[in-house]
Amino acid sequence: MPIDAIDRQIIQATQAGLPLVAEPYQVIAEQLGLSAQLVMQRMQAMQDNGVIRRIAAVPNHYKIGYRYNGMTVWDVDDLHIDSLGQRVAELSFVSHCYQRPRHLPDWPYNLFAMVHAKTELDAERQIALIADLLGTDSRRHAVLYSSKILKKTGLRIAG
Amino acid sequence: MDDTDKRIINQLQQGFPICESPYSRVAQQLDISEADLISRLQTLLAEGVLSRFGPMYHAEQMGGALSLAALKVPEEDFAAVTDIVNAFPEVAHNYARNHSLNMWFVLATERPEQVQSVIEAIEQQTGLVVHNMPKINEYYVGLQLQV
Repeated sequence: MPIDAIDRQIIQATQAGLPLVAEPYQVIAEQLGLSAQLVMQRMQAMQDNGVIRRIAAVPNHYKIGYRYNGMTVWDVDDLHIDSLGQRVAELSFVSHCYQRPRHLPDWPYNLFAMVHAKTELDAERQIALIADLLGTDSRRHAVLYSSKILKKTGLRIAG
Repeated sequence: MDDTDKRIINQLQQGFPICESPYSRVAQQLDISEADLISRLQTLLAEGVLSRFGPMYHAEQMGGALSLAALKVPEEDFAAVTDIVNAFPEVAHNYARNHSLNMWFVLATERPEQVQSVIEAIEQQTGLVVHNMPKINEYYVGLQLQV
């Protein structure tokens, strides 16, 4: 969905966050010299067409107790990856699941599934469930835990 | 963080209304005052419990691109490379991970061709090879972590 100059201004004004005041859309509108009605209408349209996934709070996983954030990666047959990926994605603890390209010989993995747990034991249980589900379709796997968030800002478009 | 904070985080991960007085509406649902909601959000953001609060924009849906990329960074250069990578506004997220590919970042760009130009700039400035892993298929996105 292409965005126009007004949408772009609204994105720039809100990409770092929504104002924490009683009438945030009015404040954005004043900054941009637009009406609050227009700002709300454009943001609703962007939300309806998916340019805005949602307006929401994004927690720091560690600070809300999820210390084990693992990127699990699996080497599965390209022919079966779509059905396997869909089944892995249906597991309740998997937050993201993607097929991505291998980089041989360093990186043989093509299926990525992110898991989040409060304890190491929970994380290991989750990984074991994925391993069970994939069975012999997975030739090898690895788990890359995040040890530090280096940056988490979301999209930024330049002015 | 008390129970009210937890209820705020759980509720606001799901969404936030677009209307004249959205905090007032959410505060009513949570049975707290608008002023309390706003002040708690300020604190949660200041303390880093929330990384962000606002619209989550989708680069691909606005005609741009997303990619995941990884670097193998020598330990002694890790801080310097972090600074170089994080300085790019197109780097939306960046995580240290326990693997020989030890730095993983997400690029979110307004135009598709910017992914390649940022990767080239990072390679030039760091002297390292960027392993670009744009998604081929997406099976699911969207878990919200309950506090």
